[in-house]
Amino acid sequence: MKLSVKSLLGLRELTREEIEFILEQAASFKEINYRPVKKVPTLRGKTIINLFFEPSTRTKTSFEIAGKRLSADVVNFSASQSSLTKGETLSDTARNLEAMKPDLLVVRAQASGVPEMLSRLVSTPLINAGDGCHEHPTQGLLDLFTVRERKQKIDGLKIAIVGDIRNSRVARSDIYGFRKLGAEVTVVGPATMIPPGIEELGCKVAYHLEPLLPEMDVLMMLRIQLERGSGKFFPGSREYSKFFGLSLKKLERAKADVLIMHPGPVNRGVELSPEVADGPFSVILDQVENGVAVRMALLYLFCGGMDAASS
Amino acid sequence: MRQVLRGARLIDPGQGIDEPKDLLIDRGRVEAILKPGEKVSEAREIELDGLVMTPGLVDIHTHLREPGYEWKETVATGAEAALYGGFSSIACMANTDPVNDNPAVTEYILERARLADLVQVYPIGAISKGLKGEELAEMASLCEHGCVGFSDDGKPVMDAGLMRRAMEYAGAFDRVIISHPEDENLSAGGVMNESAVSTELGLQGVPAAAEEAMVAREIILAEMTHAKVHLAHISTKGSIELLRRAKERGVRITCESCPHYFTLTELAVKQSGYNANTRVNPPLRSEDDRKAIIAALADGTIDCIASDHAPHNLAAKEVEFAAAASGISGLETSLSLGLKLVQEKKLKLSRLIELMSTNPAKIIGIEAGSLKPDMPADITVIDLDRKWTVASKNFKSLGKNTPFEGMELCGQAVKVFIRGKLFKLD
Repeated sequence: MKLSVKSLLGLRELTREEIEFILEQAASFKEINYRPVKKVPTLRGKTIINLFFEPSTRTKTSFEIAGKRLSADVVNFSASQSSLTKGETLSDTARNLEAMKPDLLVVRAQASGVPEMLSRLVSTPLINAGDGCHEHPTQGLLDLFTVRERKQKIDGLKIAIVGDIRNSRVARSDIYGFRKLGAEVTVVGPATMIPPGIEELGCKVAYHLEPLLPEMDVLMMLRIQLERGSGKFFPGSREYSKFFGLSLKKLERAKADVLIMHPGPVNRGVELSPEVADGPFSVILDQVENGVAVRMALLYLFCGGMDAASS
Repeated sequence: MRQVLRGARLIDPGQGIDEPKDLLIDRGRVEAILKPGEKVSEAREIELDGLVMTPGLVDIHTHLREPGYEWKETVATGAEAALYGGFSSIACMANTDPVNDNPAVTEYILERARLADLVQVYPIGAISKGLKGEELAEMASLCEHGCVGFSDDGKPVMDAGLMRRAMEYAGAFDRVIISHPEDENLSAGGVMNESAVSTELGLQGVPAAAEEAMVAREIILAEMTHAKVHLAHISTKGSIELLRRAKERGVRITCESCPHYFTLTELAVKQSGYNANTRVNPPLRSEDDRKAIIAALADGTIDCIASDHAPHNLAAKEVEFAAAASGISGLETSLSLGLKLVQEKKLKLSRLIELMSTNPAKIIGIEAGSLKPDMPADITVIDLDRKWTVASKNFKSLGKNTPFEGMELCGQAVKVFIRGKLFKLD
């Protein structure tokens, strides 16, 4: 199988078959992470640039480890400022990097649309490592991988995505991914954090979490960005955690095999009480672990492995 | 030297003329409208067979960026862009650096325009000092030195009390107040229209209500003060409904829309892949809004078409969408996009000329927009059949920021007379 896209900009662009194909590849890579020598020569001689316009620890580390385990040369290019404040245009940045002949660009940006803009300007394939409030496809894929691993299927499951949907790229990628694989997705949060027209992405909308708890198979709890002056969108973390946070007591109403997920980092005591974050329903660390396998598969596929995979 | 313009279809909506006529001009003024072929002695004959001749087009909303941002545009390059767009008169907004809130800046702009010696340039003065929305600018002095109206365009006057006083003050010498209708509390952080499209793209939205709340306020203040009030760049269906009702009640208020609002929608942001040339304020709206704008252009709710020519250099646009400057370089595509509506049978040609010449001239109260005898011989000659493709590299404007790149259009100005002086646009 060959993917129809040269770059991974979002899950919106992928078909169900393509997503399943990526997940299968990831499953075959996962085993490498358990070997005593965690390195295979698959991408030897390939250069990957992690182009991070926004600070990130977990995603960058995950991509870096994934690249190194496949023997690629991974270079980190961090630019915390937007190109405008540096006086350089995005096309300048892109052309400069392209001149160094990388095989793949992994792009994280604070502003929505940067990976797509760059993909118009360069011929190097590109993976979106999260752009603004738009998409975070690799996170979406690792969420799918984790749920499928635990539940053996995604078709027919009921998924709730809880919290700041407005500002969440994870929510958008998860909506596309889970819907394409046959799950039913409901977004839940304070009305101010549900963006207009979100239903058109294929999900349902709810404003109260508790009534949904008995029927949900997966609860995807999003991070509330307390540092971004959220007071104009909701009154504060105390009220938020009361209505949209998860405690052990609230979980009494949930299914016995419910999965609690979170893209991290968790505001402990806000989205999740510590007992829930560390409790038996939580698969948060599985998500992190699977992130490496999923990114290994993606680096392989978008770094020219696609032709090999099709044969 | 007398000149007689022969063979064209003359459209002058102010006089209700739309038929083949010849036009006699002398010493920069219209001398007479003639029957086709009518004999004239001692006049240079100019053949305009198959072409359309209209009062010179007037654009009351441009940004010429001088003084202060000469790398984006100068009065001279903006005037040349206007000429090639078919305009004979333009008004320029006050958001220069320094702001046009004192007569020295007004005089400077007028001097640059005299040196350029192309289209007529009419400065619009600031409503508030420094566009800060706190204290009134010296509007009477600005008027004395040549400002034809007042606006803080680029920013709204958020303080309703100050806007009321501005209307009363300018009303006393019957100069127009041009409002930039945007409630900044509702638009804060937004970079495109708020809708399912902004949600999908992950861009912060500007709701239609940000415009409509301010349109409603300006209508109420116009009704209260009886001042001459004009609303810039109307972009939503809701604004149009408010204006339609206000006009039915007899409120003295006029408004404009721009070619991008009747040509494009928010989908352009998505289809262009976040191309910042589709970023403009107010933002490109929905298809419903676009249709409502077109209907309002036809039925008279919208009084005029203005380009909101907002030239920017490449570096201000080739960045993240949310970090990019707002605005479209519009002078050189405005007429052809208006003609597209005529070709699509949404507007009559004479109505388009009314929207682009007769009415805008009246709104800012300048001697233009009509070819009655003794009016200035400002004339636009249009070839309705000329096909061309938008290529920003050929723009006379320094601003190459257009969302219409590559669009195939039909109809263009081929000659402009300004005070009787002929400019050929080939």
